[in-house]
Amino acid sequence: MPIQKKLMRVILLISGIMLFITSSAFFIYEFYAFRQTALQKLSTVGNVIATNSTAALAFDNHEDAYEILLALKTEPQIIAASLYDKKGNLFSHYPANLAINNFPVSPGVNGFRFSVSHLEGFEPVLEGKRQLGTLYLKSDLEDMYERLRLYGTITISVITLSLLLAYLLSKILQKSISKPILALAETTKSISDKGDYSQRAVKSGEDELGWLTDGFNHMLEQIEKQNLLLNEFNQDLENKIKVRTAQLETVNNELESFSYSISHDLRAPLRTIIGFATMLEENFSGKLDDEANRITSVIKINALKMGDLIDDLLSFSRIGRQEIKKTRINTIEMVRQVITESAIPNNKAGIDWAIESLPDSKGDPNTIRQVWINLISNAVKYSRNNSQQRIEIGSFINIDKDQQVFFIRDNGIGFNEKYKHKLFKVFQRLHSADEFEGTGVGLAIVEKVISKHGGAVWVEAAVGKGACFYFSLPI
Amino acid sequence: MDHNLVDVLLVEDNSHEAELTIRELKKHHIANNIFHVKDGEEALDFIFGVEQFAGTRDIQRPPKLILLDIHMPKVNGIEVLQTIKTDERTRSIPVVMLTSSKEDPDIRRCYALGVNSYIVKPVDFIRFADAIKNLGFYWLLLNQLPA
Repeated sequence: MPIQKKLMRVILLISGIMLFITSSAFFIYEFYAFRQTALQKLSTVGNVIATNSTAALAFDNHEDAYEILLALKTEPQIIAASLYDKKGNLFSHYPANLAINNFPVSPGVNGFRFSVSHLEGFEPVLEGKRQLGTLYLKSDLEDMYERLRLYGTITISVITLSLLLAYLLSKILQKSISKPILALAETTKSISDKGDYSQRAVKSGEDELGWLTDGFNHMLEQIEKQNLLLNEFNQDLENKIKVRTAQLETVNNELESFSYSISHDLRAPLRTIIGFATMLEENFSGKLDDEANRITSVIKINALKMGDLIDDLLSFSRIGRQEIKKTRINTIEMVRQVITESAIPNNKAGIDWAIESLPDSKGDPNTIRQVWINLISNAVKYSRNNSQQRIEIGSFINIDKDQQVFFIRDNGIGFNEKYKHKLFKVFQRLHSADEFEGTGVGLAIVEKVISKHGGAVWVEAAVGKGACFYFSLPI
Repeated sequence: MDHNLVDVLLVEDNSHEAELTIRELKKHHIANNIFHVKDGEEALDFIFGVEQFAGTRDIQRPPKLILLDIHMPKVNGIEVLQTIKTDERTRSIPVVMLTSSKEDPDIRRCYALGVNSYIVKPVDFIRFADAIKNLGFYWLLLNQLPA
């Protein structure tokens, strides 16, 4: 409900209640005061008539008695009066034309009292201390009710008029309270609508509402100042980000040309080394003894290995820089392709593959494929010495982190878990190159790809009992 | 060697690499007349018959194939390619770029300039030898040039 209506309601309710209470009190007072007056008046009249009737009753004079009662004509509210003799028999009554059955048959208890619509009662007629008879008087209350009706009408008119006046006054006066509040509300709305904190509310006066306006304006000032500060901070941050981004871009470009140089400049001499070693083998092997031939082949093998290292290192740095383009990946399809198509050593035929129905995942197909290639080829490589080679591939959901977890478990040579923190770093290997070939880049690539996807990589293993590699992808 | 009877012009700053390439081309009798120059400047002089080659080279009788390394001192492979491909007289000579890296940022540019082929030289000599043999076989024996 709008504050204007509320204020008017309060004002009208209060004035209404006050008027009602005042009028009621006045009305009740009038009612009792009137009854008191009527009673007193009737007693006085009764007293006078009774005193005057003494002689008529003493001399048993009916005419005199009636004459006395006739004097009641001057009191129109007295509608019936009667006299009883000593024995309680009706002696005389007034008015004469009123039927006898309208008067009490015999006198009752002395004193006057109110019935529903009348005031009536008995007054003893005394001579000295001797009771000569009893006087009965009955007065109607029409007078009183007439007055009370008049009072009622006046009261209702006054209340109506007062309420009307109160309504009109409140309509004018409530504005002094509601206007500043409404103005404040209007300003607040306009500020929140436009987001313009430079607006100010107009102060109405030096009262609480004025202070409220002051406080509000003060708050606005604070907000404006803070906004300004925030903007400055933001600007500052944005500038910093720009600078950093530019720096990063420079570094990235440098890195790119660096890795290009590495690949180009390191490969060229390697090719020459291998080429010339091959020439030596092809053209001079007959002239060299076995040891010289062995040395030539060692030169070639190591130069080739260095070529592999360079290639792996390059693909590692390339994956780090590549942007991830996520699409839906048919995991089971990808895993099957990797197993059949990828460069997994050719002994894979003897492997017992246990592949669960793997759910689809969301990721960059090129790099995720590389992850599967690296993990599956590792599993094959490190379990090839087990005559009952078995590789298990499965998945489950990590509800806490909202991630799909895939795992590749082999029953190969395994490793001591205390070295597992080294496993995902570049060029870190847990087996010698003589035992198992490799450059130590594969798992580093896996880790990099998965962390770029917002997932995690971890491993469980034991020496001689195989290893289980896990990686997770956000669902 | 008659400078007008060259089958392959090899532009390569590393003489050892050049030796390996020449050896492979000759080994399979794909090309016998191979001329080796050590940088882009010398290559352009040879192709256009100027400077040291003035008088001995007829621009109307170009080599059948140019094997062009990208990274060379003075004038690099890209510049040589650009010059050859923008000159009416030399535009139709097949040019094969040789590079050590598939990450070469210049691959795109070479194709934009109209290179005929682009070969990444493998580190492994056997694969390298194969690549040289195949490209020589294709460009010198299979490919038909405009008369």
